[in-house]
Amino acid sequence: MTTPHLETPLISNTSTTLRIATAGSVDDGKSTLIGRLLHDTKTVFEDQLQAVVKASRRYGDGETNLALLTDGLRAEREQGITIDVAHRYFATPRRSFIVADTPGHAQYTRNMVTGASTSDIAIVLVDARHGVLEQTRRHALISSMLDVQAIVLAVNKMDLVDWNAARFAEIAAEVDAFVGSLPAPVPVTAIPISALLGDNVVDRSDHTPWYEGPSLLDFLEEFETRPHTEVGARLHVQRVIRPQGGEHGDFRGQAGVVSGGWFRVGDPVTVLPSGRMSTVDTIHRWGSPVDEAGPGHAVVVQLATDIDVARGDVLTVAGATPPVVGDDVVVDLCWMIDRPLSIGSRWWFKHGTRTGQAVVTEVQHHLHATTLNQERVDELGLNDLGRVRLQLSESIVADAYHVLPESGRMILIDPADNTTAAAAMVHLVHSGS
Amino acid sequence: MTLMNLPDIHDSGIDHTHATAHLDALTDEAITIIREVATECENPVLLFSGGKDSAVLLHLAVLAFAPARLPFPVMHVDTGHNFDEVIEYRDRLVKDWNVRLVVASVQESIDRGRVVEDLGPRASRNRLQSVTLLDAIAEHGFDAAFGGGRRDEDKARAKERILSFRDRQGRWDPRQQRPEPWALLNSRIRKGEHLRAFPLSNWTELDIWRYIERHDVPLPSIYFSHTRTVVERDGMLLAVGGPVELEPGEAAFEAVVRYRTVGDASCTGAVESEAVDVYDVLAEVAAARITERGATRADDTFSESAMEDRKREGYF
Repeated sequence: MTTPHLETPLISNTSTTLRIATAGSVDDGKSTLIGRLLHDTKTVFEDQLQAVVKASRRYGDGETNLALLTDGLRAEREQGITIDVAHRYFATPRRSFIVADTPGHAQYTRNMVTGASTSDIAIVLVDARHGVLEQTRRHALISSMLDVQAIVLAVNKMDLVDWNAARFAEIAAEVDAFVGSLPAPVPVTAIPISALLGDNVVDRSDHTPWYEGPSLLDFLEEFETRPHTEVGARLHVQRVIRPQGGEHGDFRGQAGVVSGGWFRVGDPVTVLPSGRMSTVDTIHRWGSPVDEAGPGHAVVVQLATDIDVARGDVLTVAGATPPVVGDDVVVDLCWMIDRPLSIGSRWWFKHGTRTGQAVVTEVQHHLHATTLNQERVDELGLNDLGRVRLQLSESIVADAYHVLPESGRMILIDPADNTTAAAAMVHLVHSGS
Repeated sequence: MTLMNLPDIHDSGIDHTHATAHLDALTDEAITIIREVATECENPVLLFSGGKDSAVLLHLAVLAFAPARLPFPVMHVDTGHNFDEVIEYRDRLVKDWNVRLVVASVQESIDRGRVVEDLGPRASRNRLQSVTLLDAIAEHGFDAAFGGGRRDEDKARAKERILSFRDRQGRWDPRQQRPEPWALLNSRIRKGEHLRAFPLSNWTELDIWRYIERHDVPLPSIYFSHTRTVVERDGMLLAVGGPVELEPGEAAFEAVVRYRTVGDASCTGAVESEAVDVYDVLAEVAAARITERGATRADDTFSESAMEDRKREGYF
């Protein structure tokens, strides 16, 4: 096999869009921080700001409550909390950002997972007066399980502890120690801020002469995202594109998103799980022919020979790490519904473009969110984190989540009401069972 | 126009400045969502208003399945309060792009007694559209409806999932949304329920215009500067004639305007603008200090939670 595409130039990793999620306990100032970030980067439009000023008065907030920029539901404004994730967008001359402002309440952990799952960075907020709370730890743990690339520890409300450097250092050390002890540690950068007043959010603050690091925005603009993992290209086939007659009557292409590497015209391809082999004949992206396609590209690949390929199959190009094929998998998951996950329970699963039934054969442990103790249990309940073994009705073509997230993530669906029950990360696939 | 004849944007080589890389990623994401929902659902439809967002959505949908034909119809919910330019544009586009069009008529809903029209001087049919839309979804058995809604349009839309569940009454419950980790869309529903899919969730108004510029997407002429007879009402410029009639004390005047959004003519305002082409509009949008809905939609300034309330009832 050829070594894939080492000559492909990498684009600068600070020019890519950065996806950010907030995390941390209720009332630690997540929505206020995002409001402040939007406001101070001049992203807020005049009519939006006027509406927030008006609403602040209505809800009896003393001053303009920037949290109302993201707390957009009536119930959220009435209760002064965040219930569901809000997505906001802003760009500086240097970078585009997608921000997910997530809820702090344990009750809405599922919505925090929704926001954090696609994020490169988690901003974990801590109220400097209250220090590290249970939700701080839970959200840091979930962020690390979801494989965020970095955690920004924003020690907020520093104005309320008189900009006390020792208090900041104490909280930073506690979070450092906790994150360092996680099964998958993540680099942590601590920044002392006041979301309400704007200190160290966009501009460096005069109140923290003892702090030598960047402001939050400086850090986000300069953060170099991890390059795409090169394990060998995969394409989970979404659909076969087959025009009915006409000038393209012979066209038969496999549509999907590329992950893990690059497809090039002429590359040898193995279709999994069948193992049939062919080569790449053409690649189309956005309706036009291209010579190559890489991570994230939505393409249609035509193979040179007419072999059996259907939705759920995976086209692969040989690379550093081959995917594993199997129907007996161990996953780490976050359970998101009231009905418990127990041994023998049945769910729908979706992995890549493959769906089928999953039966729980083993609950290997419940991971306690704050002590990190792994406890042997019979079932997992709402918001529990744990490791579970599943027997699937169909083989999947997967990678461990930490190897290639795009090919290592799975959801479970409750057949009773079709709601999404779990976000699951493939730990390992027992092959050849 | 067939898709294989679209200008080959790859010839010029993609310039990886951050704005372009961002638009690339949004384009790939939208196409992926459209393919996934269209494949998992049995009978999807694309909601098409003739506005810029639905034009971009339709363009992406056609690209998603090229060189095959778009595998589902598009549906226009017609309030009867249209801009002539938009209807001409709609009919030309579906012909040029070889797309099947379904029209659901608010007038028919009124005639059949499904809704009661408010006949006051400032009556709008905007809210009535929800009933027409839900009736058409039921009548045609659509199980998924693609919409051009964007999270940056409104604070309630900012809370919306990419694939959003609607119960048998077509209602959205913002407090009980399905979790949506990663891009693994859950399209499972029971009979009578349906899904709304928003492939442009993560796009901003500026992204839409960048895409229009890059792919030369045709738009109704009213998106560009022209002279029109208008009346100023509640800080908005409404076109006189059609559903908007002058009230006592109001005076019509000529203004050089364009539309920033296209909706029901009774409640969609124009903005003063000299922007004659897509480049002028891009410059104007980049410098804008008022949101598009704030500047042009009388229905959204009605109350603080106007959009959330309409969405709960089944609105787009």
